[in-house]
Order: sequence, then C-alpha cells, then structure tokens
Amino acid sequence: MATSQSSRSTAGGAGSDLQEHFDATIALNQRIEPRDWMPEGYRKTLIRQVAQHAHSEIIGMQPEGEWITRAPSLRRKAILFAKVQDEAGHGLYLYSAAETLGADRAQLTEWLIEGRQKYSSIFNYPTPNFADVGVIGWFVDGAAICNQVPLCRSSYGPYARAMVRICKEESFHQRQGYELLMTMMRGTDAQREMVQDAVNRWWWPSLMMFGPPDDNSPNSAASMAWRIKRHSNDELRQRFVDMTVPQAAKLGVTLPDPELRWDQERGHHDFGTPDWDEFQRVISGDGPCNAQRIERRRTAHEEGTWVREAAAAHAAKQATRAHKGAAA
Amino acid sequence: MSDDHVYLSLAEGHESGDERWAFGTGFEDPLYGVDTAVPDGVDTAELAASCLALGDDALVSTQRLAEWTTRAPELEEEVALANIGLDLLGQARLLYARCGQVDGTGRGEDAYAYFRDAEDFRPVRLAELPNGDFAFCVARLLVLSSWRLAHFHHLTASPDPVLAAIAAKGVKELTYHRQYAAEWVVRLGDGTEESHRRMRAALEQVGPYLDELFTAYDAQEEVAAVLRQVTQAAGLPFPAGQSLPGAGRDGDHTEHLALLLAELQSVARAHPEATW
Repeated sequence: MATSQSSRSTAGGAGSDLQEHFDATIALNQRIEPRDWMPEGYRKTLIRQVAQHAHSEIIGMQPEGEWITRAPSLRRKAILFAKVQDEAGHGLYLYSAAETLGADRAQLTEWLIEGRQKYSSIFNYPTPNFADVGVIGWFVDGAAICNQVPLCRSSYGPYARAMVRICKEESFHQRQGYELLMTMMRGTDAQREMVQDAVNRWWWPSLMMFGPPDDNSPNSAASMAWRIKRHSNDELRQRFVDMTVPQAAKLGVTLPDPELRWDQERGHHDFGTPDWDEFQRVISGDGPCNAQRIERRRTAHEEGTWVREAAAAHAAKQATRAHKGAAA
Repeated sequence: MSDDHVYLSLAEGHESGDERWAFGTGFEDPLYGVDTAVPDGVDTAELAASCLALGDDALVSTQRLAEWTTRAPELEEEVALANIGLDLLGQARLLYARCGQVDGTGRGEDAYAYFRDAEDFRPVRLAELPNGDFAFCVARLLVLSSWRLAHFHHLTASPDPVLAAIAAKGVKELTYHRQYAAEWVVRLGDGTEESHRRMRAALEQVGPYLDELFTAYDAQEEVAAVLRQVTQAAGLPFPAGQSLPGAGRDGDHTEHLALLLAELQSVARAHPEATW
C-alpha cells in the first residue's frame, strides 16, 4: 500500500511534499505510522533494525532456554520458562512490526538462517553454569533496557509501541536475574564462585551490546536523524556502566575491569575499552556459539516445515469447504 | 515518557516507589483464603499419594514441554507450548506443596521434585515418553489433557478444600490445553499427506498407553468421547493398540524416566546445600 503510494506520488512530482510532511512529522517528534509515506531509506533502515531485534529475541531464547530443564528449583524453573517464553513473544511483536513495513516473517527467518541478517552478538556466548541465567538477566536485559527505553519514543509507531511492552517485561527479567544472583551470593562458596565466574565472562560482551564506538558506527547518523535511534552507542554504554556499578557493589561481585573508577569531574564512571576485534569476529560469525545458534534455529525451522504446510493446507481446505457450504 | 533515567521512565504510572527496578514480583495466590487444615475423615495417606502422583504427571509433562523450547515449528507454538508447560508446572508445585502439608513430613515442593529417585516417582508412562515429532506432542497432549481434565473436574468436589481449589484452577488451564491439542490434531490429520501419516502414527503410538490412564482414574468415557470427536473431524482412526502391562502409578516406568530426572535434578543435586 505504502509502496504504491510512494511510487505514484514520485511519478506525479508530489514527492517533495510527502518528504516535507515526513520531515515535519519527525521534527515535531510525532509518529510515523504504517500507512504514512516514508523515504525508502527510512523503511529499509527500520526493517533492518527491527528484524535484527526480532532475531535477537529468538536466538536469545537459546542460551538460557538450555537451563529450563535443569533449573535447580521449581520456582526458578517457572521464572526461567516464563522469561524465555516472553522472548518468543517479543520476537513475535517485532516480526509483526517489521511486517507493517512490508517485510515478510518467513523471509526474515530465511535471511537469519542464511546469515544475511544479524542478531545481537551477545547470544553467541555460551552458558556453562546456572549463574549465567542470572547474569544474563542482570547484564543483558539491563543493557537491552538501556538501549530500548529510548526506542519507546522511536519515530516509527508500531516499533515504539512494541518497545513499551518489551521494556516492561525486560525490566522484570532484569530484576529476576539480579534476585537470583543475590540469592546465590548469600548461598554457598560454590554458588558465589559461579556468580563471579559468570560476571567475568559476560561483562565485556555486555558492553559490546551497545555497538561499536560512535566514531566507528556506520548506521548511526541516519538513524539518529530519523529519530529511529535517539542516543549514541557510547552514551548508552556509559549509562549502562553507571547503572550497573552500584548494583555490582551491592551484590558483592567484582566487575573485571581494572580501569573502572568513578570520575568526579565527569560525573560518570571511567572504564576500559572492550576488545573490538573480538566484537568484529563475533558479529562476523566467529564467536564461540554462532554456528550452533543458527544451526538450532535452522533445524527447528526445517523440522517444522511439514507442520506449517499442514496448517496452511488445512486452512485452505476449510476455506474451500466453507465456500462450497455457502454456495450450496 | 522520560528517557533520562531508564528505571524512572519504566516506572511511570506504577506506584511501587521502587523505581530502581520498576516492577514488583507479585503473583496471585490460587490458595488465597483457602483453609489448609485437612478436614476430619479425609485419609491423609491417600490424599498425599493422590497429590504426589498428579504432581508427578504434571512435572514430567512440563519437562517434556520445556524440551520443545527453541525447537517448535513456529513462534506461536513456542509461546503456546510454554504456556501449557508453565500451567502444569504451577499445578505440580501446588500439588507437591499440598503433599508436604498432609504426608506428615513437612517437605517443600523441591524436595519432591529434586530429591526423590526415579523409583519413587509415580507418573503415567505416556507422560515419560520422549518428545518425538509435533504430531506426537499434540496426540499425547490431547489424551493427557482430556484425561486430567476429567479427573480435575471430579476433584473440584474433593473433601480436601486445597485439592479442590487446585483442581478448580487446573480445570480452566486444562480446558485450553485440550482445545489447543484438539485443533492441532484436526489440522494435522486434515492437512497434507505427510501430516496425516504422521498424525496417524502418533495416535498409534499413544494407543497402548491409554488403559493405564483409566486404571489410575477412570475417565474412559470422557476421553473416548473427545478422541472420537477429534479423530472424526481429522479423518483419523480412533487410537487403539494392545495395552501395555503394568502401570506408572504402581512404579512401573519406561527407561526414559530416570534420564529425564537425571537432567532435571542435576544442578540441585550437585549443590545440595545451596538455596536458589
């Protein structure tokens, strides 16, 4: 609908009016809705970002999902099962938001499996101990909240509205993760060691979740101008560090960064530089679990083909039967 | 919405006063206001055994449903199977807790789930079988939810008010589980040649485990009525087959149970002194 509108208007020479209206909407901090005209670059950037976010939710089910069957208490099992289910729900809303831009969910899934679209590099790290579940909640959901709360005011309506619900659920997950860690820190020495071990492994990858430094972030400028994105990677990274340091102190764990200290003058924490070479390797496919994560998604998708085909065939038969019934 | 402070902006409209975390963790207690004293005349040993066995069915089923996580044929099925698993996990927790209150040991839910060995579990064997394909998943779910629903309907009139309350909550959940499974059995039976073949095979696999259910709780009529209606709509034969000797309720189990429990219990048993 929107595409034909855009080509028609360009052909008619009214493209600049539409562009002006779009620019004015953005400037007034108002929302762009699916039926509104939008520049193709805006549409493509959004599809890329929303799809990447959706893929991250779905792939992100794997590292923690592995622990549902082994969660060491029924309460933790319920919490974890519900959290991983929420991630599937987040993936669903986000794929739906992408569909309002003209994308097709099945196509996006293909692109994920073929490696043509990315997902957050964080989910390419393994979860060898149960404390990882807590640390993922604390760090990864915490970082996701920092990234995503500003997106609740993103210029694209369906994405912004999806983010409101997602952020609320993620704040709940973060709290649950932190509460698990608190409980473990009050437990046995072995449990405390598990927590510190998980903190050591997840800290740097979590800082990388905000993306490359601002001076090396190719897609940021356009996204900021279009108000798809509202804060720079470095600003959000700083916000996450400032938020997490006092929580780490309260928990009694050490964040594995010797350069981490409070800078009175800046009113922020100084911290070390993540290993950006590692980041590049992981997003390019050479992280510890990239192949495994994609393989799992591929297998589920392929093994589900016959089920999806059956559902479609049944729906088509039902429609035919209803049609015949109505005709008779 | 302000985004200067992530937690403040998330907490807008919530009066918890705890903006650091934005949300609390309050859950509705299904036993709120229910008198937990066991009424006179109730056989506590029988009540405990009943809670334990129904808890075991639910826990083992939950474990199998959890194994579907990240492996379901579509995202909607990820969400639905997790819902069902969570409902059953909730039922297991309440039933184990009740068992601990009435069997005289005062044990909590985790003692039953994590610190009993396979030979002390009493689930029906149909729940124990490995997942197989999605057709088997919905065939098993249709049978188990229909059977459990009939049993829970009956238990809503239990002389034990706690078990009656657990059953009343469960009836609503199980009605949805049965509906979900029935819709899929019909879709798969009617869908394509492949799905029809797989659905038929799944029902054949379930057949031999039916009688065991009715020995544990006789809902043969109710379950048969559901299966007749659903298999007819799906163009499938009614599941039949030589029933297996023995019964999970008597401690006869498949070889799969011990493995399932080994996984379930692994972390808890590695850290017996820990709290989680």
